[in-house]
Amino acid sequence: MQHAIPVVELGPQGLAMAKAVDSCVHCGLCLAACPTYKTLGEEMDSPRGRIFLMKEALEGSLTTEEVLPYVDRCLGCMACVTACPSGVAYGDLLAPFRAHAEKTRHRPVMEAAARLLVRTTMPYPRRFRSAVRLGKLARVARPLLPPALRPMLDMLPDSLPASAPLPERIDTQGQRRARVALLTGCVQNVLAPEINWATARVLARNGVEVVIPRSQGCCGSLSLHTGEADQARDLARHNLRVFPHDVDAIITNAAGCGSGMHEYPLLFAGQPDEDAAQVFAHKVMDISVFLYQLGIETPPPLPQPVRVAYHDACHLAHAQRITAEPRSLLVTVPNLTLVEIPEGDLCCGSAGTYNLEQPDTARQLGERKAHNILAVEPQVIAAGNIGCIMQIRKHIRGQSQALPILHTITILDRAYAGLPLLSE
Amino acid sequence: MALETLISELTARIPPERLLQQRPQLAPYESDALTSLRARPRAVLLAGTQEEVIDAVRLCHAHRVPFVARGSGTSLSGGSLPIEDGIVIALNRLNRIIALDPRQRLAVVEPGIINLDVSRAAAPHGLYYAPDPSSQPICTIGGNVAFNSGGAHCLKYGMTANHVLGIKAVLPDGEVVQLGGASLETSGPDLTGFFVGSEGLFGVALEITLRLLPKPEAYRTILASYDSLAAAGQAVSDVVAAGLLPGAMEIMDRLAIEAAEASVNAGYPRDAAALLIVELEGEAVEVDAEFAHLRRVIERSGAGEIRVAADEAERARIWKGRKGAFSAVGRLSPNYIVQDGVVPRSKLGEALQRIEALSAAHGTRVANVFHAGDGNLHPLILYDGRVPGALERAEDLAGEIIHMCIELGGSITGEHGVGMEKRRHMPAMFSPDDLALMSSVRRAVDPLELANRGKMLPAGQTQVTAGQHEQAVTDHG
Ligand SMILES: Cc1cc2nc3c(=O)[nH]c(=O)nc-3n(C[C@H](O)[C@H](O)[C@H](O)COP(=O)(O)OP(=O)(O)OC[C@H]3O[C@@H](n4cnc5c(N)ncnc54)[C@H](O)[C@@H]3O)c2cc1C
Ligand code: SF4
Ligand code: SF4
Repeated sequence: MQHAIPVVELGPQGLAMAKAVDSCVHCGLCLAACPTYKTLGEEMDSPRGRIFLMKEALEGSLTTEEVLPYVDRCLGCMACVTACPSGVAYGDLLAPFRAHAEKTRHRPVMEAAARLLVRTTMPYPRRFRSAVRLGKLARVARPLLPPALRPMLDMLPDSLPASAPLPERIDTQGQRRARVALLTGCVQNVLAPEINWATARVLARNGVEVVIPRSQGCCGSLSLHTGEADQARDLARHNLRVFPHDVDAIITNAAGCGSGMHEYPLLFAGQPDEDAAQVFAHKVMDISVFLYQLGIETPPPLPQPVRVAYHDACHLAHAQRITAEPRSLLVTVPNLTLVEIPEGDLCCGSAGTYNLEQPDTARQLGERKAHNILAVEPQVIAAGNIGCIMQIRKHIRGQSQALPILHTITILDRAYAGLPLLSE
Repeated sequence: MALETLISELTARIPPERLLQQRPQLAPYESDALTSLRARPRAVLLAGTQEEVIDAVRLCHAHRVPFVARGSGTSLSGGSLPIEDGIVIALNRLNRIIALDPRQRLAVVEPGIINLDVSRAAAPHGLYYAPDPSSQPICTIGGNVAFNSGGAHCLKYGMTANHVLGIKAVLPDGEVVQLGGASLETSGPDLTGFFVGSEGLFGVALEITLRLLPKPEAYRTILASYDSLAAAGQAVSDVVAAGLLPGAMEIMDRLAIEAAEASVNAGYPRDAAALLIVELEGEAVEVDAEFAHLRRVIERSGAGEIRVAADEAERARIWKGRKGAFSAVGRLSPNYIVQDGVVPRSKLGEALQRIEALSAAHGTRVANVFHAGDGNLHPLILYDGRVPGALERAEDLAGEIIHMCIELGGSITGEHGVGMEKRRHMPAMFSPDDLALMSSVRRAVDPLELANRGKMLPAGQTQVTAGQHEQAVTDHG
């Protein structure tokens, strides 16, 4: 599509944004894949419409404030990227645009406060843990709280699992086949620390030495995807420093972190850390891809046959095009049968902090996902992303069902240990 | 102001979230898939019920305000381009299947349903909806009806018109009519056929009765590469001459192959100058017998590499590449015009050679990907809209190609419609008498020219501005 975006003024990110607009031919083939278009049925809330609106805002024929409501409603699920034959790198437009807009936008006071709370707690495990505890107390006061803060409270879990912290290094069992560094993640490490333990155990069992840099922090993806580019860069820069260079891969078990870390080169484009960001991003691998490429030892059969529905996290399936690897790993487990979820390409509505910022759409998508999952009657749900796990669990429970929902790696870990899958 | 009165009446009936009037709400509706044309409508109505559509059309008629029906806005000819002093009636939310009768093999649908969703709904009954435009994951049945859309597999089964049995429509004066019905046999004039392909000039389709077909038992899909487009074109004639009627016969040239490969890795031979896709479908025994025959014909046609899809996944990839090809060409060029000329199948080779020559003479790249079996060409003329004069040069070349099609005894459009984009070529195809007749038929249905005003019929038509009496104005558009 033709445009007159002032590329030079916008810097290196401007170039990426312009390129995405350039390659969009306005054909509409992405519309059918877009969760917001599917639920809202209007062109402004479609990928094609958003690209057009962002273009108009960058060109100055619409104001940023005018287009933001529609850009805000975008889940960043990247289903449009998978659907687009023209190769539009929508993410290269969205993240820089959000960052660009954040600089000038005015948010209502309570909304700004809520975002500040998210921004200053979620990326920091210790603060987030305290916030969860405080939040539990605050629930009593829910009716008194401003609406902008309520969805945050509703998302908090009833209790936090206790778990021993991971050591700095975990040795392999048997011969060493590779050496990796593990990103422990921020939110996940608080909400579901056992996923990291499972990751480390499965790696070790398959001959991989795992280094877990103690001083690592949040990868910055959450901030990056919500337009907080400066914070994202600060957080990322820290990890660029503290992660070792002598590893074969940097492993993540959270889809959102993986996709965000793959965006570092654009985030640092034209900045001093650009080269380091390139090298780092190049090493980042989702746990499923790493294990699949490495080849894993077949686990012993599950005690009884289990039907597992694998949920494609958008940040794996669309943002990183990882769909086959987790499935291949799961079917190596004897007695495990995979079932496909109808409308499997559609986002579950979790999408980072989306369920905090757009609770209505998030709820609709969550319910639709739960409905689709239950339609194929699985006994266990598998997913490769903590956000999806939380969201799906909430909506499955909302339908008065209590299916266990486990991370792919947890399933492998339990299979190796001979533990059953049918509980959480 | 009649327009403002209309808007205030609509505002009284329609909640604001479904009557779009703000700048950022309207901007994304300015173009369909032809982005060189833009127009901002006064409002967009996201119709929630058929009654709302009928109401809106009646109000438009009462206030003499033009309207444009819109499905998914994938028209390549500016068919759903808004009118500045008019409104857009968006039908994409009107997407229910009202009835699906597997015994009679019928579906009654609302116009906003997506083409592929009809087949999805019919699949559990072993049925599908045959016309398969490449845009089928998103284009609507209403849009298909308006353009009599085709697709790769229309070679064997015919275009949309062959699959629409009945239409309930609201005419531009607000009258609601039922044309045709559930039966294949009708008496009297074929009014359904009259509506199909009318490009929205006869009002808005509200309910469409579609014919469903049993899903073919077996498919065989062959890829063959050629060292020239003309040779691939000749192979198409050979296949037909051999008495075979494949489900689909499609050709892609080097640029289209390159774009599609970059997009889906379909496994097309990358070094070929042209690629022919032939698909047989039907009962397994029949397909097997025909396949042996087809293979011999292709082998003798001078093909380089010949490949047969090994399984359903490979077949799906082959079609994904072909069906995404228009959009994939966006990888090669920021802008392009998709042309839609038709030539007699026997002249395919000649037409392709002449397109190559024209492209070279104009120094403008042309990618070709088309329904070869129907002689329906789709030259994609690549240009960079930022270069001054590039669009005009591309339009000139497109015009020359279209004139060549007419000269060879063909037509200016196969399936994408005249819309805005090919309106100027109508006089080359039709005599003034023909055009006058078309206009008078149009005015018999829509004297005020409210429905999709300015589309299809060329300059010099009767135009009525809000509140005025009829007067002939010359439109230099
Ligand atoms: C990538 C791509 C590939 C394509 N491939 C093909 C192909 O293979 N074959 C083909 O034939 N076309 C193809 N097209 C063109 C286009 O998809 C078709 O013309 C399609 O039928 C348009 O449907 P739509 O819902 O997008 O209609 P729109 O673009 O919204 O509207 C098209 C026309 O229909 C009118 N209209 C819409 N709904 C109604 C209604 N309910 N009643 C009356 N009039 C109505 C509009 O006013 C307009 O004139 C392709 C387009 C793209 C972008
Ligand atoms: S599919 Fe791609 S090229 Fe087509 S409208 Fe969507 S983003 Fe643009
Ligand atoms: S990222 Fe997801 S929600 Fe956003 S436009 Fe693309 S498909 Fe729609």
